Amino acid sequence: MPMTAEEIESMIRASIPDAQVEITDLAGDGDHYAARVVSESFRGLPRVRQHQRVYEALGGRMGGVLHALQLTTATPS
Amino acid sequence: MTDDALARIDAAVKSNDVLLFMKGTPLFPQCGFSSRAVAILDHLGVEYATIDVLQDQGVRQGIKVYSDWPTIPQLYVKGEFIGGSDIMMEMYEAGELAALFDQAGISKAA
Repeated sequence: MPMTAEEIESMIRASIPDAQVEITDLAGDGDHYAARVVSESFRGLPRVRQHQRVYEALGGRMGGVLHALQLTTATPS
Repeated sequence: MTDDALARIDAAVKSNDVLLFMKGTPLFPQCGFSSRAVAILDHLGVEYATIDVLQDQGVRQGIKVYSDWPTIPQLYVKGEFIGGSDIMMEMYEAGELAALFDQAGISKAA
């Protein structure tokens, strides 16, 4: 079963409480998403670590049921 | 996955200045994300080696553990994990990837 945008967003928020999460369904098929995650907790972390934090939040689904999630991360400006 | 796969990954990472783990080959990428990664490296004109994870199940699973990263492609420069295709694109657009190759003394492809 593919994940819904709401599921993705709530899993990220559960793990990174201050995160602002924007999910876009790229293909309209519920299987190819883009996510932009903004969190103060990313400050000072290299990009790899920021993305790893989001992947951790998704609890192993990334690369599995969640095949295509284009991810960008940022700190609040 | 076996220790053997991890050892082979480690050897490849350490013996190639720029190494891309991808699905397919630069000429025939088998996934849009791998295709994008190849396009970025080609555009920057650096020499790079690739490993097709579809040809080796041990490497395909092992690289996820080795890098603590769940998806393919994955870029290594001078033995250091740089990221997947999203990070490559962000760094490319910010000019950071070209700067990283310059600093690492990576030679241009002939």
